[in-house]
Amino acid sequence: MSLVFAGICSHAPGITGRAQQADRSIAGAFFHSYRSMGDELAAARPDALVIVAAEHFANFFMNNMPAFAVGMAQSYEGPIEDPQWLGIPRTVIPGNAPLSQRLIREMMQTVDLAYAEEWKFDHGVMVPLSFLTPRYDLPVIPVNINCQGPPLTPLHRAWALGEALRRAADLVPERIAVVGTGGISHWPATPDSGKINENWDREFLQRWQANDKPALLSYTDEATYRDAGQGGFEIRTFISIAAAAQGRGSLRYYRPIPIFSVGCTVATMEIACRT
Amino acid sequence: MSLYQMQKFLFDINRDDGLQQQFRADMSAVLDRYRLDGEERRAIETGDVGLIYVLGANGQLLMHYAAYLGMPWADYIAAMRVGVARHGPVRAGVYAMTTRLDERVADV
Repeated sequence: MSLVFAGICSHAPGITGRAQQADRSIAGAFFHSYRSMGDELAAARPDALVIVAAEHFANFFMNNMPAFAVGMAQSYEGPIEDPQWLGIPRTVIPGNAPLSQRLIREMMQTVDLAYAEEWKFDHGVMVPLSFLTPRYDLPVIPVNINCQGPPLTPLHRAWALGEALRRAADLVPERIAVVGTGGISHWPATPDSGKINENWDREFLQRWQANDKPALLSYTDEATYRDAGQGGFEIRTFISIAAAAQGRGSLRYYRPIPIFSVGCTVATMEIACRT
Repeated sequence: MSLYQMQKFLFDINRDDGLQQQFRADMSAVLDRYRLDGEERRAIETGDVGLIYVLGANGQLLMHYAAYLGMPWADYIAAMRVGVARHGPVRAGVYAMTTRLDERVADV
């Protein structure tokens, strides 16, 4: 039993980049929940944090797009974006290359992974870290699921990735935390930015909290694009966490904050015995 | 139409400080490395973020390019609306506009 913490959270760049433009009391409550999740994470005493994120062309592009990639470096840099624009200073984040190697070797038994000894973190990793481990003192292992360049990784494969991650985490002596980052419904980087389908989000979060695998895997990309925008493709990261933790989820915060372009979400999941 | 090449340019410049400096010093020399059609090249040369959007560039690539160009958030959102008003709906990709031209989502 070495998976010790599981959670999900939003990573939209506006959360830090446009923090000053938001209503202070609303943003404050969200930030408080986000930091509290960081406290819970620390209380689980993890040796490493695996972040399953949907990255946005910081490292991977349509010249050679992996369905899954896992970082295997001793350190990472971020953010790749303009630090002023994102509101997060550029820094070096520790990794753990030998641990990455062991996790990757085991995960590869069931899921075909790309690995990367070079990885620049974008907002998908940096925004969560700025709340969860703001001193950047916990080794991080980044995992990417292709949620950006269609054809996208199928949802059932995101589930398989989560299962592989759980199996691998349980085999290493280190204490492993996993956090999935992304958005639920949102239309980022379009003139629609700020549009949020709250009903769709709440339905998804209900399925996620119940860890209802058939319901979580029943979304089609066509329906997601129509109802939840291209940002909705990022449900893959949250689904992988449900597969890894296999327990019930607990929603700590959800509220649409349009200037952040996303329904802001913080949730944790109990770690259930593997079936 | 060489959307892949235009997106490759955006990918490269967004993540490479050296290329950003070269681009500022000699835009043409940098753009010559990509097989762009006339409309794509003009869109980049004139900094027409709205047209780049309509041509189908992935929003995540364009958002960071707009930040590199120094565009404030509201100007970037406005530029995409202007692009659609001038050039018509987004022609490719998964970042189409679904709101009305006169709609101000999130008050922007």
